[in-house]
Amino acid sequence: MTQKILAAAAGLEKVEAGQLIEAKLDLVLGNDITSPVAIKEMDKFTVKGVFDKDKIALVPDHFVPNKDIKSAEHCRCVREFAKKNEITNYFEVGEMGIEHALLPEKGLTVAGDVIIGADSHTCTYGALGAFSTGVGSTDMAAGMATGKAWFKVPAALKFRLTGKPAKWVSGKDVILHIIGMIGVDGALYKSMEFVGDGIANLSMDDRFTIANMAIEAGGKNGIFPVDEKARQYMAEHSSRSYKVFEADPDAVYDGEYTVDLSTLRPTVAFPHLPENTHTLDEIKAMDPIAVDQVVIGSCTNGRLEDLRTAAEVLKGRHVAKGMRCIVIPATQAIYLQAMEEGLLKTFIEAGAVVSTPTCGPCLGGYMGILAEGERCVSTTNRNFVGRMGHVTSEIYLASPAVAAASAVTGRISGPEDL
Amino acid sequence: MVIDMNAKGTVFKYGDNVDTDVIIPARYLNSSDPAELAAHCMEDIDGNFIKQVKKGDIIVAEKNFGCGSSREHAPIAIKAAGVSCVIAETFARIFYRNAINIGLPIIECPEASRGIENGDEVEVNFDTGVITDVTKGTSFQGQAFPEFMQKIIASEGLINYINSK
Repeated sequence: MTQKILAAAAGLEKVEAGQLIEAKLDLVLGNDITSPVAIKEMDKFTVKGVFDKDKIALVPDHFVPNKDIKSAEHCRCVREFAKKNEITNYFEVGEMGIEHALLPEKGLTVAGDVIIGADSHTCTYGALGAFSTGVGSTDMAAGMATGKAWFKVPAALKFRLTGKPAKWVSGKDVILHIIGMIGVDGALYKSMEFVGDGIANLSMDDRFTIANMAIEAGGKNGIFPVDEKARQYMAEHSSRSYKVFEADPDAVYDGEYTVDLSTLRPTVAFPHLPENTHTLDEIKAMDPIAVDQVVIGSCTNGRLEDLRTAAEVLKGRHVAKGMRCIVIPATQAIYLQAMEEGLLKTFIEAGAVVSTPTCGPCLGGYMGILAEGERCVSTTNRNFVGRMGHVTSEIYLASPAVAAASAVTGRISGPEDL
Repeated sequence: MVIDMNAKGTVFKYGDNVDTDVIIPARYLNSSDPAELAAHCMEDIDGNFIKQVKKGDIIVAEKNFGCGSSREHAPIAIKAAGVSCVIAETFARIFYRNAINIGLPIIECPEASRGIENGDEVEVNFDTGVITDVTKGTSFQGQAFPEFMQKIIASEGLINYINSK
């Protein structure tokens, strides 16, 4: 499927794994950390300006609202560049959200697109049947200037999803299970292609979460077939026309895996790699793991369904004494909807705090930094050494349901334990 | 055209899955100044790195070097710290692209990754891909740099290279 999208974008009939191609881009994305470096690189170009002001998205979201003077200067650099080049899709504080939740919601990413973003979680849009991948700032600069990027065509791994996940098992558990199975470099340089009748039992939010973490297995991208749910999502959010590509029946894969969703259990990745996974059942057999903080949010799990799940767990309950529970809706629209549904009230009554959309604590920026030796259960995507704060702090990656339940008990737990 | 380029220096050796968060922690990403980034390079896994690294030194690591974030600040920090080449068994793909694009030489070579130890003196010939451990008297065949990659590195990055075409 990925290879067919890339062939079309390169104007070729067919491409093979390993082939170097130059493809036309439908969207080039950057944030407040990566864009300033790209903008500096743009200045070096002898040809000035951007290739298409409608096909660039600039989303200050990492350290926004500005966390310090240096961040404020970075954001100003992006703002001024957007103004000078009349970038249509620049999202200021008040309309911004976490980029990978925001762009699909705004209808800027659709099936068949080729998208690069100077952020590793750009692979999220594969949930809609697009080819999207993370790059660095120089590639972003070259993309903004020329509208093209070179790619080495990736080989593919096939993941056949079957069955229906049980209550409290979400897209996060599916992708953590897969990363635990194949390792953090299990899909290195490759495309992760999801197929099978189990996909119909996954919501779009589940699929965004799964595609989002393809990079945590080393994948170049993650991609889903375009079914009725995906079409409906695009119809509701986008006015752009889209193109559906399907894998050939005789497509070649480097490896094939089957995952029966009905057998999965809530899964947690222990420090300091997303592949260190244990199911809740395994965790219950261990000594209790006490937790200081819970974060519910990020480009992985800050969508409406994630907040609904967390609220369902927290409703009528209270976070444990001494626990900090931080909830971060990923976009303004999600924030507003969560308010209208009463979810924010539930969070606040439960003793959690609700923040404006930001990547904030996920990458140890601000809004929930960990002290020496502290432990956090987080719905984010990485649990590397020092990722959320002090070099000795620890991050356990989990679903919103497990994170919310852990906030109530003060140790790693599931909703069934409450 | 063959460009005469080589690397020679003392090795800093690391293991599997050295991620971009330990290469340059996000708490320093409110800056994009290479010298400032270099001052915190590898801080969270090796506090001595920045005190000891000299111009020309070489990083040798095992699998999946540079995994995680797409921050170009990671190869920028390594390059600005004076490192002349990174050798690993495998690299994470975004890091690989970024390193080439900013002109930081990197080579995949599983044998060198296993055979070279911390503190060894190592030479790398970019034309031939031959990696020599001078301390041990051993050598390894890494992948030679294609000409366009050598040109990008010689131009100090992709943008200058595109301009020069």
